[in-house]
Amino acid sequence: MTEKHETMLYLDGVSVSFDGFRALNNLSIIVHPNEMLAIIGPNGAGKTTMMDIITGKTRADDGEVYFNGTIDLSKRSEAEIANLGIGRKFQKPTVFESQSVRDNLVLALKTSRSIFSALFYTETDADGARIDDILRTVRLTGRAEALAADLSHGQKQWLEIGMLLAQDPKLLLVDEPVAGMTDSETAETATLLRDIAKTRSVVVVEHDMSFVRALNTRVVCLAEGTVLAEGSLDQVSANPIVIERYLGR
Amino acid sequence: MLKRCLAVLMLLLFAAPALGQVPDIAPLVTALAKGDFAERDAAITALAQSGDARVPVILNALVAGALFVDSRTDTIVRAEKSGDAYTLTNPLDAAPLGDAQKSDLEKIKVNNALRGKIKTLIGQMTLLSPDRATRLSAAQSVLKTASLDMLDLLKSAHAAEADPEIKAVMALSLEVLTLKSDASLAEKTSAVDAIVARQSRAAQTILLTANETAADDVKPLIEAGIATLSRTLGVWDIGQNIWYGLSLGSVLLLAAIGLAITFGVMGVINMAHGEMVMLGAYTTFTVQTVLRTSLPGLADYSLLFALPLAFLFTAACGIIIERGIIRWLYGRPLETLLATWGLSLILQQAVRTVFGPTNRLVDNPSWMSGAFQLGELVITWNRLWIVIFALVVFLVLLIALNRTPLGLQMRAVTQNRRMASAMGIRTPFVDALTFGLGSGIAGLAGVALSQIDNVSPNLGQGYIIDSFMVVVFGGVGNLFGTLVGALSLGVANKFMEPYLGAVVAKIVILVLIILFIQRRPRGLFALKGRFVES
Amino acid sequence: MLTKVLLTGFDTKARWLIGLILLVALLVPALSLMVPQGNPLHLDAYVVTLFGKYLTYAILALALDLVWGYCGILSLGHAAFFALGGYGMGMYLMRQIGARGVYANPVLPDFMVFLNYKDLPWFWTGFDLWWVAVLAVLAVPGLVAFGFGWLAFRSRVTGVYLSIITQALTYALLLAFFRNDLGMGGNNGLTDFKDILGFNVQAPETRAALFAATALLLAGSIFVVSVIVNSKLGKVMIAVRDAESRTRFLGWRPENVKLFAFVVSALIAGLAGALYVPQVGIINPGEFDPGNSIEAVIWVAVGGRGTLLGPIVGALLVNLGKTVFTGALPDYWLFALGGLFVVVTLFMPKGIVGLWAQLRRRRAKTPAPTVDRAPSLEPAE
Repeated sequence: MTEKHETMLYLDGVSVSFDGFRALNNLSIIVHPNEMLAIIGPNGAGKTTMMDIITGKTRADDGEVYFNGTIDLSKRSEAEIANLGIGRKFQKPTVFESQSVRDNLVLALKTSRSIFSALFYTETDADGARIDDILRTVRLTGRAEALAADLSHGQKQWLEIGMLLAQDPKLLLVDEPVAGMTDSETAETATLLRDIAKTRSVVVVEHDMSFVRALNTRVVCLAEGTVLAEGSLDQVSANPIVIERYLGR
Repeated sequence: MLKRCLAVLMLLLFAAPALGQVPDIAPLVTALAKGDFAERDAAITALAQSGDARVPVILNALVAGALFVDSRTDTIVRAEKSGDAYTLTNPLDAAPLGDAQKSDLEKIKVNNALRGKIKTLIGQMTLLSPDRATRLSAAQSVLKTASLDMLDLLKSAHAAEADPEIKAVMALSLEVLTLKSDASLAEKTSAVDAIVARQSRAAQTILLTANETAADDVKPLIEAGIATLSRTLGVWDIGQNIWYGLSLGSVLLLAAIGLAITFGVMGVINMAHGEMVMLGAYTTFTVQTVLRTSLPGLADYSLLFALPLAFLFTAACGIIIERGIIRWLYGRPLETLLATWGLSLILQQAVRTVFGPTNRLVDNPSWMSGAFQLGELVITWNRLWIVIFALVVFLVLLIALNRTPLGLQMRAVTQNRRMASAMGIRTPFVDALTFGLGSGIAGLAGVALSQIDNVSPNLGQGYIIDSFMVVVFGGVGNLFGTLVGALSLGVANKFMEPYLGAVVAKIVILVLIILFIQRRPRGLFALKGRFVES
Repeated sequence: MLTKVLLTGFDTKARWLIGLILLVALLVPALSLMVPQGNPLHLDAYVVTLFGKYLTYAILALALDLVWGYCGILSLGHAAFFALGGYGMGMYLMRQIGARGVYANPVLPDFMVFLNYKDLPWFWTGFDLWWVAVLAVLAVPGLVAFGFGWLAFRSRVTGVYLSIITQALTYALLLAFFRNDLGMGGNNGLTDFKDILGFNVQAPETRAALFAATALLLAGSIFVVSVIVNSKLGKVMIAVRDAESRTRFLGWRPENVKLFAFVVSALIAGLAGALYVPQVGIINPGEFDPGNSIEAVIWVAVGGRGTLLGPIVGALLVNLGKTVFTGALPDYWLFALGGLFVVVTLFMPKGIVGLWAQLRRRRAKTPAPTVDRAPSLEPAE
């Protein structure tokens, strides 16, 4: 097994239960620097709970959660974890609907998170350029001043990915990024994520098999809170247990 | 009866051995008016020793200053002032003797020494009275003023006494006298033990009094006895506080339980909940007024009529509120809060307009009046009924939620509205009924509260914050949490009151709840899991 | 950098509003003092004081709007900060009475003589000094808000739970201030004021000056709130209001953001309360009544929350309505107020100021964005 300190994300033997229901059961997953990992699995497999544990929303009952090899995440708050460099995109796109697209990115932009520096913040040229850059990347330049509420579902997904980029994280957790997207949008998202994974670690949770195939990366299949199979998509989808539990015969 | 009279006779003979026979008391009464205080003292003693049943009445009249010498006839009369004149009666047989002017009468005076003596004498005489109530009160007065010269009389009276209650009082007096007498240490020890064994507050008072005059060798004994009693009574005090606490807790439970449904189960903040309680109380008032004028015979049972009417009336109000206002605000709890607050203002003013701003009196029926004693606990009937009522309402509600189809539908809607709807449950219908149920229970609480609180338009306001505290403290969405929350807040409040006073105790409770919510934002019995929004 | 922030905050709308209020601050005292009595333009000192009182309410409403409209914290205890500020000023005014009280005690206020106090309680020390009173007017509400908010926001008490415990807070203070042994005048509160800064509080000149001071405080509060909500911190506040947990995953600490808004709001409310007391001439525990706090919420709701103008318009209109109504139909005021709560929440979620936009959107047949959605009690899906 890989040494802990060489990893970007290190989950070892993580378990958590809610009122007797075991959402995660001795889960161990490793993500390397600049690596993309796709996670597939049936509903209730624990994918979202795993993300909750990594981002500090839920606490593990048991097991180790390490970021960047040395940082124990199990005792840190959501905000601390986010500032360490872990960005998360939610399954249901969550953007700040009453604010403009640009303001959404300003909120996400990597700047000091202290109260008074936010109060006295003025946008520097570098910050402005960075936001323009991201707007171009997520194809929202034309809608920069529109309210986020007025975006289409796919555009909200992209805005959220843009917010992730603005955070400049080392590790991105992306939950079902292509739900509700057209085929061409899906393909573009795959390209974008592959680009991102050149310089950062990315964990993608997705049901869409053609999208996972387009990502062309290591795949882990979860079921009942534990790892069922691991390898390339072809290897995983050929695994008889995966077929039995997830893909169907 | 005859036997008792004989016994009395015998005893008096025994107590007054100098006299060979029972004298006619008329000359003795006449003697009261003669001479100075010393002679009057002798006359009183002689009168008492006669043992005649009329003597206590005559002596009481003497102490009360109602015995006079009628200067026209030079006889002793009993006189009552009526208007300007005095009405005279014969002190011996109460036969009327006409009227007299003040100038005709000369009061037979007594001094304090005589007064004391007369009381003792009356005590002795009445101890042997054939009338039970007289004997009991005599025994109790002897207990308070026991002096050693009564020891023998008391012993005889105790021996002759058949009534257990009176006998017990007499026995206690004997024990007290033993402590005062020159009896042996062993006898005194057993007397102290016997007093301690009574384990009552009265016993403690008796020992404290006895200790003041006790001899030095007895003092440690008595003090040990007092200490033992204090421990026992301390336990009773705790018991009494628990009872007061449970009583307050059951009131809180009644007020909060409807809220636990609307807030806990539906997630609806109903600030008009207190007004539903108030409407229930006014329903009780109306039912009582109507029954008293039309069917006075049933007035004592008006609560039984008020209960279903209050439930139905407030439930109907609740359903109207839900259909009219709240259903438009689902998912917006803060707006619901404001709208229902506005509603509470309207309801208060409406009641004020109809019934007036002053307090309305709802009488306790006879079966809810008064109190009884359980050991050293004093329990009033209305509080006891309210505790029972609160628990019954709680149990019925629990069964209704867990065992009936409506309860099942309610829980289904609570847990997953869309799924329940997809399963064919008419969710709007269930919402309306749930809200109606919560409001109806508030109405029931109003019926109960009308028995212990002022029925005024502001009745509900006094309970709304407390009720929310109970629900939030107990854990939203959990009926058992509400039960435990209400009772523990009630008990905690009553335990603090003796030390801090009622207002500070309440402030402390509020502050503690504020701190508690911050430690456990979801209350005592919180739901856990992924589906709980952080 | 700072000037740029201030300029951004001081946008056109805020500039117009502040200009208008400054005009009122000059005009009303002038009409009261310079225009002779009998002239139709003359304003009676009574009217000046009445509107001065309304303006203190407007400031309270603006303070509440900062936490509720912009930050999503529905405080049902904001009148507590107003009353605490008022008590601070009341203590100063009591000490100014000096030996002119009924009992003519040079140090002890009348109620203390009446209650057999021998010495001034320690917390009354220094309240004869103006600057101590001003400090207390800011510090007490500020510290209470800080302590309460620090505990509440850190443990993530949100939504209706927070509303209910803010109500419990003001209720606890109400009970405490009713007690005689708190040394704050008990049931009767503090009253019979004589002088403020050496001027007679009853004099028309003093009243006009107090009005002007209130208007200036309102203008200043608008400026402060405007700067805050137009800054990046203001965007974070709105983000916290709309999606608190999302904000947290971006690395912000909603508890700190809320605490900042809450404390600033309490400071503004405390100052408003301090100007309220010399104008109405009394402060008593009734000001802590939970009903008062909720009434302040309805001013904000009527005017339109999340705007600068809304709470001011709401506070003025509702209180004007209250004065007119209680004069003409005293028995029906509560019906009107209660009805207002219902109507505004059901039909005007954005208040009067938002009504225009609401109607226009309806005509354009586009659904209004659901920005005012409060955190739901129902489980997340």
